[in-house]
Amino acid sequence: MLMEGMAYFSSVKPVLLKTDALIFMLLAVIIAFGAYARGKAYLRAPWRKVFSSRTGMVAAVVIVFYGTVALLDSIHMREPLENKGHDGETFYSVEVISLLDLMLGPLKTQVEKTYSAPFATHLYAKETVELPDGSSARLYPRLEYGGAHLEDPQRDKGRDILLRSLSGAGAGLLAWVALGALFIWGMARRARASFSVTLKQILGGRTAIPWHMMLYTAGVFLVLIAVIASLAGHYHIFGTDKVGNDVLYQAIKSIRTALVIGTLTTLVMLPFALLFGIMAGYLRGWVDDVIQYLYTTLNSIPGILLIASAILMLQVYIDTHPDLFETDAARADMRLLFLCIILGVTSWTGLCRLLRGETMKMRAAEFVQAASAFGVRHSRIMSRHLLPNVMHIVLITVVLDFSGLVLAEAILSYVGVGVDPSMHSWGNMINGARLEMARDPMVWWSLLAAFVFMFILVLAANLFSDAVRDAFDPRTLSR
Amino acid sequence: MLAYIARRLLYAVPILIGVNLITFMLFFIVNTPDDMARMHLGMKHVTPQAIEKWKAERGYDKPLLYNEEAQGLSTFTDTIFFQKSVRLFAFDFGLSDDGRDIGHDIYQRMWPSLAIAVPILVFGLLTNITVAMLLAFFRATYIDVTGVIMLVALMSISSLFYIIGGQYVIGKLLHLVPISGYDSGMNALKFIVLPVLVALLYGIGSGGRWYRTIFLEEIGKDYVRTARAKGLSERLVLFRHVLKNAMIPILTGVVVLLPLLFMGSLILESFFGIPGLGSYVIDAIQAQDFAIVRSMVFVGSVLYIIGLILTDISYTLVDPRIRLS
Amino acid sequence: MSDILLSVRGLSTHFQTQGGLVRAVDEVSFDIRRGETFALLGESGCGKSMTSLSIMRLVPEPAGRIVSGEIRLDGENLMDLPEAGMRRIRGNRIAMIFQEPMTSLNPVLTIGDQIGETVRQHRRLNGAGARNVVLELLDAVGIPDPRQRYEEYPHQLSGGMKQRVMIAIALAGEPDLLIADEPTTALDVTIQAQVLALLGDLQKQTGMAVLLITHDLGVVAGMADTVAVMYAGQIIEKGGKEAFYHAPQHPYSRKLFASLPDVNKRGHRLAVIHGAVPSLARDFRGCRFAERCDAAWDLCHQRAPQWYRSGDGQEVRCHLLDPALAAQRPAGGAPDLPAEPQAHAGAAHAPASLLEVEDIKVHFPIRKGLLKRTVGHVYAVDGVSLRIGRGKTVALVGESGCGKTTIGKAILQLIRPTAGSVRFEGDELTRLRGEALRRRRSDFQIIFQDPFSSMNPRMMIDEIIQEGMVALGIEKDARRRQARVAELLEQVGLPREARHRYPHEFSGGQRQRICIARTLAVQPKLIICDEPTSALDISVQAQILNLLKQLQNELGLSYLFITHNLSVVGYLADEVAVMYLGRVVEYGTVEDVLEQPRHPYTQALLSAIPVIDQATRREVIRLEGDLPSPSSPPSGCHFHTRCPHAMPVCGQRYPGSTSLSATHRTHCFLYDGSAE
Repeated sequence: MLMEGMAYFSSVKPVLLKTDALIFMLLAVIIAFGAYARGKAYLRAPWRKVFSSRTGMVAAVVIVFYGTVALLDSIHMREPLENKGHDGETFYSVEVISLLDLMLGPLKTQVEKTYSAPFATHLYAKETVELPDGSSARLYPRLEYGGAHLEDPQRDKGRDILLRSLSGAGAGLLAWVALGALFIWGMARRARASFSVTLKQILGGRTAIPWHMMLYTAGVFLVLIAVIASLAGHYHIFGTDKVGNDVLYQAIKSIRTALVIGTLTTLVMLPFALLFGIMAGYLRGWVDDVIQYLYTTLNSIPGILLIASAILMLQVYIDTHPDLFETDAARADMRLLFLCIILGVTSWTGLCRLLRGETMKMRAAEFVQAASAFGVRHSRIMSRHLLPNVMHIVLITVVLDFSGLVLAEAILSYVGVGVDPSMHSWGNMINGARLEMARDPMVWWSLLAAFVFMFILVLAANLFSDAVRDAFDPRTLSR
Repeated sequence: MLAYIARRLLYAVPILIGVNLITFMLFFIVNTPDDMARMHLGMKHVTPQAIEKWKAERGYDKPLLYNEEAQGLSTFTDTIFFQKSVRLFAFDFGLSDDGRDIGHDIYQRMWPSLAIAVPILVFGLLTNITVAMLLAFFRATYIDVTGVIMLVALMSISSLFYIIGGQYVIGKLLHLVPISGYDSGMNALKFIVLPVLVALLYGIGSGGRWYRTIFLEEIGKDYVRTARAKGLSERLVLFRHVLKNAMIPILTGVVVLLPLLFMGSLILESFFGIPGLGSYVIDAIQAQDFAIVRSMVFVGSVLYIIGLILTDISYTLVDPRIRLS
Repeated sequence: MSDILLSVRGLSTHFQTQGGLVRAVDEVSFDIRRGETFALLGESGCGKSMTSLSIMRLVPEPAGRIVSGEIRLDGENLMDLPEAGMRRIRGNRIAMIFQEPMTSLNPVLTIGDQIGETVRQHRRLNGAGARNVVLELLDAVGIPDPRQRYEEYPHQLSGGMKQRVMIAIALAGEPDLLIADEPTTALDVTIQAQVLALLGDLQKQTGMAVLLITHDLGVVAGMADTVAVMYAGQIIEKGGKEAFYHAPQHPYSRKLFASLPDVNKRGHRLAVIHGAVPSLARDFRGCRFAERCDAAWDLCHQRAPQWYRSGDGQEVRCHLLDPALAAQRPAGGAPDLPAEPQAHAGAAHAPASLLEVEDIKVHFPIRKGLLKRTVGHVYAVDGVSLRIGRGKTVALVGESGCGKTTIGKAILQLIRPTAGSVRFEGDELTRLRGEALRRRRSDFQIIFQDPFSSMNPRMMIDEIIQEGMVALGIEKDARRRQARVAELLEQVGLPREARHRYPHEFSGGQRQRICIARTLAVQPKLIICDEPTSALDISVQAQILNLLKQLQNELGLSYLFITHNLSVVGYLADEVAVMYLGRVVEYGTVEDVLEQPRHPYTQALLSAIPVIDQATRREVIRLEGDLPSPSSPPSGCHFHTRCPHAMPVCGQRYPGSTSLSATHRTHCFLYDGSAE
């Protein structure tokens, strides 16, 4: 099996989308920052406070699960086609798939004809079906995949679902116990304590970091994933959409889109906000005037209109230059990246103004004056004295902005200036479902799936940002 | 005071010029009018004649910045830049790409926008302050903790769900008010109730939480300790001392939004079929009517700058410490 | 009715902080008699403010909690009262004024409203009746134009006036006890004298008792009847004021007196209490002062001492006062070291000038109007001349807002002077620009007032000290720089290991040592010391003053010592310049200025300083009003608006310099022949 996998991966053509590259860069930055922060006492202390917050750490576990999905969905490739060219040249499929697609397997491929409700065995619309006896009738036809293994859905469905859920939950529980034991064993080794002592400490919540809460959260997730995994191959848990695609698959694929917008936007705007904010606040004079002018001007344009204008213009550009993009995925990715950039342009002003104000306050601080008295150069004062002392503001803003950006994506997609319509996103899901609102009975499952996935992520992000703010906001810190 | 306002208005000029340049660049430099015409007419099978005709009808057939063929002053005025961008300064918006008078449209659509935006602002302020005061009164108790978690949960839900949920429950299940639409005069009331309710519910999460932080910050200040040392009751301390101080950031935070109320709410208006400026913008974006988008960008910027000036003035009104100079 | 008004027994208040449980007040007991002034004396963080908040039951909850104790007001235990009952006590029976008058008043309510609130609450008066009472109160606390002030907001008043308003609020309920928590610490000396005098007068009129909380031995000497000394959450000594000042009994109290700088200790090292106040988050077994006490022995570290009677009726918590225990004390280590003379290696020969400042002016423009035209100036420094000899100390004295800090920064060219010249070893600094100025910067350095904000919290001590050496290219080799940092740390009395730590890990005194090491790293010839000890406790101040003195002797440094504390000046300086509103009004040697002050302002300033020895107390020359604004200084002599000797000519032109002796100059028409 290992050999098979190796062979498969050597046959595909890896694809690195622009956002993929940025995501891995961001990951590298976070890891590098973590390594750097470990060495700095003043950074360690507030982080320790974040790590000791229960809601914060539960939220962190949730975010890690989402993040893992997004990372798996950021390793892209194109599969080789069967038929080769004349000179043995391999052609690759125009469809770009990700590692996540491979793992989700049947979710992606089991496409029905049209709408079907969650756990349904029949389509949502009547169709004229030819019966075996040759006559035809209008009825709800059986689904091609959903519950196809059942002989008599009416009779067997409930039992089947229950059994599969139970076995899934059992497997998930087992996996959790095994992983949890491994973790506790590792912790015991590090602390040079016995396994049972460490176990009691962790489960009793007597550790500095609320490991028990994190373990329970991870447990809930593992069991959920296992249950879903055991059901998803045989049912459409969240139903299917208009063209029969699995809604659960769409909701999962949308995770990457949301995370990309929530994180890359910040990554894009951060350098500008930092540089301009600190320069304006420290150098004052005409530099300050220019930068203030710049951000007042950008700020005065209603954000959504600026985004809309830019995205519309980009779309015109993409449409008139179709030859620039090798695949549809690359084209959609371009739009996603551009959306991040334009969101960054509209949102850097807030942080910039905050940083300017803080720098102005700090400029009068005695340690900055002392540095000037030593003849320390402006560039060094800004990078070594001012920057590290405003980083907490940056961190708080970044974490705080994340949930807002995820929510904004949905609205932009609704307005029609969000991500590419071909890209999976919760905004596109809601938008698609909205058009069917008038249908009676209503098609509600796309909305439900988007709601659940989005709510969990945004809630977790909000709770985590609360923990970060509590730890880093100087108003709550004592000297 | 007057001199201050005059100076701020003077500062507004370069900002508006900047806004204008940005929109001009976005709409005419990044993509040429030809591209726009081609897109409007459908990407395929477009004849050059059709493009020229489309451009001529909408006045996009002129040179961008400098008209070599014209005489005298009109070398500059008979250009796209002058006709489409500079004339905005006189609030002369011209015609939309489908030939309607934008200025007239804006005036018409302003009122429905205000009809829902003003109640949202007023009632939103009241509910948020009430919620925040309650939480601040019960600070560090179970009520506060649960309340804050509920607010965080409320603000973690996309506004789209509030709208869809509100329409479904109140409009479709309970049939209390129409799901969407608008009417003139007092008849508008039944169309306004639902969007206002939905917006209030959506606003409580972030608004209530933000105001609570402001209240708590004020409660931590020295003058509150003085008030307590006088023997005042907690109720008096909160309502006489804390509320009055907390209203400064709250009110001035609201004032900057006042002029923007004219712009309406994009999503609400579009969902509830209210013919205001918000839905005007959305329709324009979806129909890719750049003339309207350009005009609304300009209007929005002007209103934003007015908001900034009003904010500064409001500080002097509510905060005795600040005098403009 | 008993003589005792307030009786506190076994009061303990705890605080939950990030660093653990802090026992801010630990088993504190004392009694306050009717009409007396009871002073609670202690350094910062000893729990004295928390004691006063506990009495009012205003400890910030839920972090803080009164865990045990009784507080009896006229026999009624306040701890048993419900919150509503407590509200009848607050502001009515017990009133309180706070340290920071700037923030203690509500900024958006008028003065009249804020005083009237208490009147309405506790005197059941309304409308015109309440208003009249408020006006009377304003008048009683010496606020001119009460009718006008009634309608004004706090920001329109000066700091001293605000504190008067606070006092008026406190008086409104006609309290039996007034708690004054550091009431004058945030104020200037002349204003402090006004406020203290007011408090004394009011107490005489109303017969209320005062609980005075302060760190200032001088204020206590002038005000108190009874003194209690607090250390690390406990009272360690209490007794009558006379007895306490005559012969303090606890080693800590004695050391406090010994570590006060003054003229008589010139040329000697100040006695110091080594170390810093311990954290109240830890557990104590023995005496809390043991680790800083010269007289401590094993027992002190193991067992907490009992209360003993000693001296003239004082009660003291110290093993030394138990004859049986003191006898067990091993010999050696005298409890009281006499102040040892300090080696004087300073340059005795004719001092060559290191720095000459001539007629410098620093004016900040005030811009207004449509085009931001300059409509006026803040005359922060308006024509000051100074000269500092090699190895000498010149003190610059004045109240806040007189421009003394601005001069320091103008000399360093951190603020460019508007006019005048600054010559350092003959080089004109005001003309140096860019790189040329940067190269010169190693010669003159500055130490700031607040050791908490003068070091970048994000840098390690190592990097902080090296920064100047790197920037000025003092030592190019990294290895030798490292060695130099270690050397410098030892020179200022810190362990070498300190360099691998961050500023927040050090106490205020240690941080100030690090700041000194940082300036020494670039081998300056002149150090401008901008109030280097005013943020520190008395016991730590002595350590820093000793260090500065010792470094001057060893390295031949010159100091420009900017301060408002005249006793430090007397101890440390060679020459003194007294500033008022941007100008030097009197200049001379320490003996000239401190012993024979001639300018009326200097005289008033000196008389206003609370002194410990009541016998040498001068009669306070009370200055009326506040410091005028430096943006519109009075015409003629800036001081004439407040001067008790003002003559018509004073309002017309500024007096020229009059030489009183070879070393003593002043600007005053009283000594100027041209006035006649």
